[in-house]
Formats: sequence, structure tokens, C-alpha cells
Amino acid sequence: MNPFKSSSSAQKTKDGLLSGFFALLTYLILGCTLFIFFDIAKKGLPVLMPVFSEKGGEVVDLDFLTRMPETLVDYTDENGEKQSLASSDFIEYTKANPDAVIENKKTNAYSGGGIAGPLVGTALLVIVCMVVALIVGVAAAVYLNEYAKQGRFVGMIRLAIMNLAGVPSIVFGLFGFAFFCLFPLPIFTMIVNEEKSLAAIPMFGGYLSFQGWGNSLLAGGLTLAVMVLPVIIAACEESLKAIPKGFREASLALGATKWQCIRTAVLPYATPGILTASVLGVTRVAGETAPIMFTAAVALKGKLPWQEADGKGIFWVSDLLTDSVQAMPYHIYTVAARIPRTDATAAMQDGSVFVFLLMVMTFASVSIYLRIHFRKKLKW
Amino acid sequence: MVTTSPSDPMTELATPVESPAKASPSTKANNPNPIAEQDAMIEIDDVSFSYDMGKTNVLKNISFNIPAGKVTALIGPSGCGKSTLLRCLNRMNDLVDTSKVTTGQIRIMGQDINAHDVDPIELRKQVGMVFQKYNPFPKSIYENVAYGLRIQGIKNKARLDEAVEKSLQRAALWNEVKDRLNSSALGLSGGQQQRLCIARTIAVNPRIVLMDEPCSALDPIATARIEELIAELQEEFTIVIVTHNMQQATRVSDRTAFFYLGELIEYDDTTTIFGNPSVTQTEDYVSGRFG
Repeated sequence: MNPFKSSSSAQKTKDGLLSGFFALLTYLILGCTLFIFFDIAKKGLPVLMPVFSEKGGEVVDLDFLTRMPETLVDYTDENGEKQSLASSDFIEYTKANPDAVIENKKTNAYSGGGIAGPLVGTALLVIVCMVVALIVGVAAAVYLNEYAKQGRFVGMIRLAIMNLAGVPSIVFGLFGFAFFCLFPLPIFTMIVNEEKSLAAIPMFGGYLSFQGWGNSLLAGGLTLAVMVLPVIIAACEESLKAIPKGFREASLALGATKWQCIRTAVLPYATPGILTASVLGVTRVAGETAPIMFTAAVALKGKLPWQEADGKGIFWVSDLLTDSVQAMPYHIYTVAARIPRTDATAAMQDGSVFVFLLMVMTFASVSIYLRIHFRKKLKW
Repeated sequence: MVTTSPSDPMTELATPVESPAKASPSTKANNPNPIAEQDAMIEIDDVSFSYDMGKTNVLKNISFNIPAGKVTALIGPSGCGKSTLLRCLNRMNDLVDTSKVTTGQIRIMGQDINAHDVDPIELRKQVGMVFQKYNPFPKSIYENVAYGLRIQGIKNKARLDEAVEKSLQRAALWNEVKDRLNSSALGLSGGQQQRLCIARTIAVNPRIVLMDEPCSALDPIATARIEELIAELQEEFTIVIVTHNMQQATRVSDRTAFFYLGELIEYDDTTTIFGNPSVTQTEDYVSGRFG
């Protein structure tokens, strides 16, 4: 007689069914994710790397990465063969060959050229955003965690910051539009627009003008910074909390001032955590569309931001910062929502999404790598 | 009266000493063998201390004098306030927002250390502390010892080198680490790390070294080495050590204070406390009947 024989076979069946159900749901999520990745890669990879397309070609289509988005022109040439050229190439071609047969000419907005503008724009937005968010976020976290008297007031500040994380991104976009684009804030400018400027103070051979920043890199970057601040502050606080109390005590007991203690015995060891969180924050802000669609992004631009900036020194910087930019998420929104999907437009649509996905996944991987690396290196 | 002579150590503090401390009242009855005022490095005078703004006192009217150049052990069961008292001596309790010395005065070298014109940073340069859990920074051995000097703004390499070597020698660690000063302090054994922490503390040349159960995380051999070290350091520093280990108190200390539930029960020469205590509670504790 087996004393360990199962007493209830119904119980056993139920258990088995349930565990199977949970496993099924888990694998379903995994399946969806993999399907999305492979679908995007299948369609997008040949655009970026024509060597994988049916026709074959170069290893990497550098034009796609280095040219600005343009209108794409489709036409049929004298041999009845279908051709498609970016509009600037088409104009050059017709100038060089005035007699060329162009039939069935059709233009497709946003579908030609490459994605250099959106890539650069997103990079600049992320840089402006992270510089501001890190300075403000680390300062706030250090204050809340190290200096502030822990009490009801600090608790309320923490709650407010956490609530900020729950605000929908479109609301941040509208806030940014009202506060950074319209509200008169100081900015350096060479030429004062009387209508826009509330007041202008002559300075450094130009003016410090109080005016709305308009649709600009600065407004977009700051809006994104406000949006990502709660994440950065929370991550910084976590990193600061993870520093053993012993470090602070040892430092203070040796006669360090509060700031010396923070600078030499806390922040250096919190940096890896802050860095990891920041990279994750970058992943998030790089992908946001709503906050920048009112504050920074435009669908089409002829030149890269620094090619358009005027002035010298501080005025060059402020001109760059107050110029609108293209951005990857907004570009994808444009090519996905505003133009139909045809054979002519599909390449731009699929290619943009694929490159953007690669970009974000790279950031995420860097973040994971940093976390593992520092966890191994810093143990106490 | 404690007079402020030109050679008075307190004049080394950045904060000028304005009012010489008032005369200490005579020590209480449970202190039959008092330390004469002129020999006292630390005078604890009717001190009560609270962690919650005075609602409950974890130290209750403690009075005793700690002699200069000797080792004084604070013993007692967990939660009796001995560590709290130790942390009052270099104002580490300031880190707890709601902590408060509710009554009395602590005078070190004659100066009330809770006076408004005492800078706790200057105080801590003179009153060093070694913690229960050895806590070297995740830096090199050299940088750990040099830390206190660096935050005082000393950059001169030769001076730092000299101070690091001297401190490590005084902490009996030099011979073990002299060939790997630039490797991480975390690669040392527990006992070595604690001796490194002692070296780090004495590198800034304090007058007093507070030790909060310095051996509780160490094995018997490492403990023995720390105890030897304490005996050597006693010549240069006034040492106050909190310990759970009564044998340790008998081995290292000259004077012992026994605390129970926030009160000082008895304070006397260590031999008297362990050999012939005058209070029954002390006798029960040191003989292991409770605690």
C-alpha cells in the first residue's frame, strides 16, 4: 500500500489545468511580442539593409540614414519601366535630361529621401531633455533624501511627484505648449520680433528678449524633461537609499560636512543607479509623441537644425534651441497616419519604424548592460 | 572651574570657546570612585536623551566622568542606551531629526558640546568613531585612510603618504597591506577592514576614539587583534568602547559603566565592577544571571 498516494485526483486535475492556463497566457504575451518584432524586422530590415531585399543591393542604405525626408516622385520612363526618385533628385534629373519621357507622374508626400532629420531631432530633444531632467532630478532627489526633514511636507512633495508620473503625456504636451511656447520666457535673440516680445534687454550685442519660445527644440526638450522628472527623481532616490548608512556615518564621523559627505561618500556610489535609470528614461522620452507634437516637432524640414542656426556664440545656441525640429516618433506618426500605404510609401513607413525600434532597443540594452556591469563591480 | 589656558585643546576647534563650562556637580552615589574633574576628558552631567522630541527618554539623568588616556567600557543588555550615549559624544545622533538632549550637559575638554556655537563637524574631527559593522568605503586602502585628511583640504601627496603610513602602522595593519595600498579595501578580511576603519579614524588625529561594538562582526582571532590594538592606542587616545562581550570589557578596559534601561546603574574601575560590584543588578548581569 502506497502511503503517499494522491488522495484526490480532481484536485490534481484542477491544479494541472490552472498551471497550464497561466503558462498559456504568459506564452501568448511572448508570442505577441515576438510577432511584432519579427514583422517589423521583416518589412523594415530590407529598407535599411537592401542586401536582404529580394532585389538585393548595398549592405546598408546610407542615404536612408543621412538624407532629409522629402516627397517621393513616381513616374514611368520611356521604356515603360516604373521609376521613383526623391523630389530633389527628380528635379535634378529633369534638368539634366530635359527630353526625358515622364509619364504617369505621381507624388507621395514624406516618402522620399531618408530619416536624418527625425534622427538628429530626436537626439537633440533627448540631449536637451536629459541635461535638464538630470540636473533638476538629482538635485531634487538629493534634497528629498539627504537634506529635507522627513515629515508630512516631504511626504506630500513625494506624492505630488508620483502623481506627476501618472499625468497623460498629451496633458504634458498642452502644458508645454502653454508654458514654454506661449508664455514670455527669456531667450537670447539678434532680432526682436515686436509682436512676440514682451520686453527686450540689449545684451552681448543682441537682446535678451522675453517672448514665447514657440515650436522649438527647447520647449520640446523641457516638456519631455518635466514628463520624465518623476521617473528620474524616483530612480535617483532609490539609488541614494541603496547606499549603506555606514558610508554616510563613516564620512560624517570623520568630520565631513553634509555636502562633502554627499559628494564623496554618497553620490559616487549612486551614480551607476542614476545612470542606468537615465538611460531607461532616454528610452521613454525618445518614444514620446504627444508632448512634442505641440511644442517642438514639425513634419518636414529642409535642413538639419545646425545648418539653419544663425548668429554667433550664445546667439547661435539660442537660435538652434528655438528652432523647430523633426523627431522620429512624430515622423512615424506622419508617415503612418497622414499618407496612404502604397508600394511607394511602404519603404519609408517600414524603414522608419524599424530604425526607431533599433534605436530604442539599443538604449534599453545599454541600460540593462550598465545595470549588470555595475552590480557586478560595486558590491558592499 | 575649567580654565581655558592657551594650550587648552579646545582652542584648536574652529568655533571659539566663549563660556568655560560650569563646575561639575559632585558625582552621584552610584559612582563611588569618581574621576577627578581635572583628569576627566568627558564629563557627562545629568544627561537625558530622547529620540522623539522629548516624549520618552532613552537615557535618564546619566552622570559620570570619563578619564583621559584610559579605556572606558559601556556595558549592558541590548536597548539599555549605551550606543545612544556613545553617539551623543560626537553628536552622531544629530542625524536623527527628532533626537534631542532633554536635560544636562556633555562636556568634552570642558566645552559643552551641545552649545549653539559648537560646530559638530569640528567636534567630530576630535572625537572619532569606529562602527559596529566595519564600513570602509569602496575605494582603495590608501584612499580610505586619506579620506579624513582629504576632506580637510590636505592635498600634499607627501603629507598624505606619511599620514597614511603612520595611521596604518598605528592600526597594526601596515605590514599586511603596504604592498597593495591601491587595491580595494573591500578585498581585505573582516578584521583587516575593521582595523582599516580604525586607521581611517586615527588618521585625522582625534583626541577621543569612540568604538561601537567594534568586534561584534568579527571572529575570535580578529577580535583578539583589535583588542591588542585598543591596548596600544590607549596611550595616545581616550577610548570609549561599547561592548556586549563582558570578557572583552574585562580584557580591554580600565573603567566600566553598566547601563540598564537607560540608566547608569554603576560606574567604577573594571576590576571592581566585575570583582566586587556594589549594586546587585550589576552583579547579576556580570555574572550572567540576566541579560
